[in-house]
Amino acid sequence: MTLNTILQTLIFGVFVGSIYGIVAVGLGLVFGVMGILNVAHGDLLMVGGYVGFWLVTLTGIDPFLSLIIVGPLMFLMGIALNRLLYRRIIRFEGETKLKNSLLISFGLVLILQQVATLLWTGDERTIQTANAGKSLMLGGLVFPYTRLANLGIGLLIIVLLHLFLHRTYFGKALRATAEDWEAAILAGIDIQRVYMVAFSLGTALAGIAGTLVAVNYGLGPTIGLSWTLKALIVVVLAGTGSVTGAFPAGILLGVIEAISALAIDPAYREVVGLVLFMLILLLRPQGLFGKAERGLA
Amino acid sequence: MNNIALEQPPEAGVDESGHLKRWAVLAAVGLGIVAALVPHITQRQDIINRLFLIFLYITLGQSWNILAGFAGQINLGHAAFFGIGALVTRTLWLNGMAFPFAFVLGGLTSMGFALLIGIPTFRLRGAYFAIGTLALAEVLRITVSNTNPLISTLPMDSITTYDLSARYYLALGLACATMLSTYLLLRSRLSLGIMALREDEDAAQATGVRTVQHKLLALAISSFFAGLAGATFAFYQVSYYPQAPFQPEWTFDALLVSFIGGLGTLIGPLLGAVFFITVREQLSLVVQAHEVVFGVLFIVIVLALPGGLVNIWARLTKLFAALRKRNKAIHIQAP
Repeated sequence: MTLNTILQTLIFGVFVGSIYGIVAVGLGLVFGVMGILNVAHGDLLMVGGYVGFWLVTLTGIDPFLSLIIVGPLMFLMGIALNRLLYRRIIRFEGETKLKNSLLISFGLVLILQQVATLLWTGDERTIQTANAGKSLMLGGLVFPYTRLANLGIGLLIIVLLHLFLHRTYFGKALRATAEDWEAAILAGIDIQRVYMVAFSLGTALAGIAGTLVAVNYGLGPTIGLSWTLKALIVVVLAGTGSVTGAFPAGILLGVIEAISALAIDPAYREVVGLVLFMLILLLRPQGLFGKAERGLA
Repeated sequence: MNNIALEQPPEAGVDESGHLKRWAVLAAVGLGIVAALVPHITQRQDIINRLFLIFLYITLGQSWNILAGFAGQINLGHAAFFGIGALVTRTLWLNGMAFPFAFVLGGLTSMGFALLIGIPTFRLRGAYFAIGTLALAEVLRITVSNTNPLISTLPMDSITTYDLSARYYLALGLACATMLSTYLLLRSRLSLGIMALREDEDAAQATGVRTVQHKLLALAISSFFAGLAGATFAFYQVSYYPQAPFQPEWTFDALLVSFIGGLGTLIGPLLGAVFFITVREQLSLVVQAHEVVFGVLFIVIVLALPGGLVNIWARLTKLFAALRKRNKAIHIQAP
């Protein structure tokens, strides 16, 4: 095993980790603001991937440009889902709300999976980009163009989201609701609107991540739960104190997975996430970037 | 409107102190005897297979219900425990261990994994246990499909001597054992602590309930029976991919059986299993994606009909009682 192999593995770990990051940021945003855990998040990613796939296949648009359409379309889907399902449980108390959200979204997982299989069959699909297969060579290391673009888009999204949350008035309302929804109501914030925007934004992020997954990895109706799982582990790793903290935590998970696949057997790479999850619970339940008083509860 | 911590009057057939009423005991024994006689009465394999599935799903649903319905802990990876039971039992059995030992070891291994997840996650409140179980199930599903990609088939001589009624009696016995254990648990002092922490964990802790130990106890029972259900599946199925019992559908089916029947009730998973298997087998003949129908049904039950069939029955009897009372009142007025 040369130094080159190790560095190359690390680089690919960063690339896949940037997608984990975007998925987890969406999930963490919804959890942080609404106090619900949407285990169908990975399946929203899957739906977003198919939306991107069909946009690219039918119109021939550039995959990365298609994100500008996929995002808003998934935002609309988020509005519909929030109206139809999640709004009904938002009035419950903390623990009950959380448990009901787990149950409802788990039901949604099965529905979305089955509907996707019916509509688009179980075949695995990928989106071909103009620069597929071409790479930037730098000091003997390979940087595929599509994955570089991926990382760039991920960073751009995180910066935009950070600016939205910290520099706009509505972002402030979102953060206020996350901190204390009762106080937010007293301060005159329309929390139903905040919930709607937070959920739809999370869905849009999932959709964008889905298109990126379709470009780089592969798309099938049953990929949802494994992406949800990655996102959950990243959110636990990061802690819920900071939404954007999930992005570096995602990259960390990607890198750790890549190293373990190299060091141990790749067949066991999924176990790493589980071990990491247990270690965090035992050693630092508030997460790496979380505030001590607020765990994932 | 809290459908996890549902406050319920005593179920039909159970009196205030949790004892079964005499007619309920007679009905249970009668049903058991009829079920035990079925392979002697009929040779039709489709009926025996259908009943086998119902028994398997009673165990699957009840084992999920023990943890979620009574202790209030949401397990989104029940498939992990089912799958571990299947994997361990099948492997040991096909490698020459006597089946009864392999069967029990399947359940015990499953319990071991459950405690491994339960001990760190139950110390913390919130979604950690749900995430941990979901993670366990997904990780095992992917890892098992990586390490055991080949289909597992019974050896030729066991296929030629395959005895369906042995599978039938195993599933029936397991379903009875699960129901009986749940009943005994509900009658014991421990169930008071378990249900107290479901209703209000802080209050339970304040009154001296050791919440973590009670949660772990419920988890141990739940995962043991789920593992045995998996072991029964491994005994029944002639050939399957080793990752098949780890599929999330098993978790979903367990949730559905509990919710259709009535979460947190003794009889609920039994009714739920009968309903679910019967409707599913009929539906799969008509509709291509019957799982979608069940997914929608599940969400509707969670949102609108907490309590499931048991609760609907209770509401109906209350309605009839009210109607009868009104009729009586009219009769008195009439002359």
